[in-house]
Amino acid sequence: MAKVFIYPATSLILTDMVTRFGHTPLSSAVAIRERIQTAGLESVPLQITPEEPKKGLRWAAVEVPSGVRGRMALYGPMIEECDAAIIINDADLAFGCMGCARTNELIKFLIRQKEIPKLDLDYPKNEAEGLPFVAAIKRFLTELGASK
Amino acid sequence: MTEYKPENVGMVTKYVVVESFTVTPADLAVRAYEISRGVMIKETCFGLVIMGKEEEVDLIITEIRKMDPEHIFVKDRGFPPGDTRRCRANLGGARPGFHGMEYEMTILPYISHALETLGTRDPSTVPAPATAREKPKLDIYTLKKMIDAQEP
Repeated sequence: MAKVFIYPATSLILTDMVTRFGHTPLSSAVAIRERIQTAGLESVPLQITPEEPKKGLRWAAVEVPSGVRGRMALYGPMIEECDAAIIINDADLAFGCMGCARTNELIKFLIRQKEIPKLDLDYPKNEAEGLPFVAAIKRFLTELGASK
Repeated sequence: MTEYKPENVGMVTKYVVVESFTVTPADLAVRAYEISRGVMIKETCFGLVIMGKEEEVDLIITEIRKMDPEHIFVKDRGFPPGDTRRCRANLGGARPGFHGMEYEMTILPYISHALETLGTRDPSTVPAPATAREKPKLDIYTLKKMIDAQEP
């Protein structure tokens, strides 16, 4: 069973596909759950404390805005931990403020730098595109299972 | 800053999204209640939110998936059901994160159709999808043609 990083990290479809085909998805929900179930200082709503931008220094330089570094404290460990990655390139739902946008760019950059199996996709826009989309994910995850 | 004492430590929360012609969220909720043992189940417009110990939640999900395997989708959630930091009852408007799920729910029928097809077809016989990285960019001649085609 491989750990597969998914982008967008909140994707319902990718989380389900990865679980359905026998692997573990690394999504933002898991990182958030860790934080809200850990005692410490209260920092609503996501329990992102001033410690997170410091942890983010591992993946982003000190002159990078703290919003990016704070987000990288969530995603950075998952990128380091993952054995493979599935990226959806045209994900409108990953749209956000500059913090989100720059973090997304950094996430994609770090994944592409890492020597792991990667799958690049676009969201299907009809039934005809849906079949190659799911078949590609199934093939990728089956091959991943065979190589593990 | 005040001290933060977490609740529901060690519990997992998962969304069950149903996009089916034959199974409704109410059907899922009834089936989930039948087999649940101390697990919190909340029925929503799109399916269920289930919170409990990981093995118990996974057991329920495995069972309710059998009702319509290609039309039931599951994802993790960080917060427990009804958490005041996320619940729209406290915040107003849609729950943060719902819009992303709402967008993907428009694509779920295509995914379900593909899963049904792949049940009987080998995925290696399906051609690879074209990704954005392979799609040709707009070339300068086409752009010039489009500019010239505009009425003054």
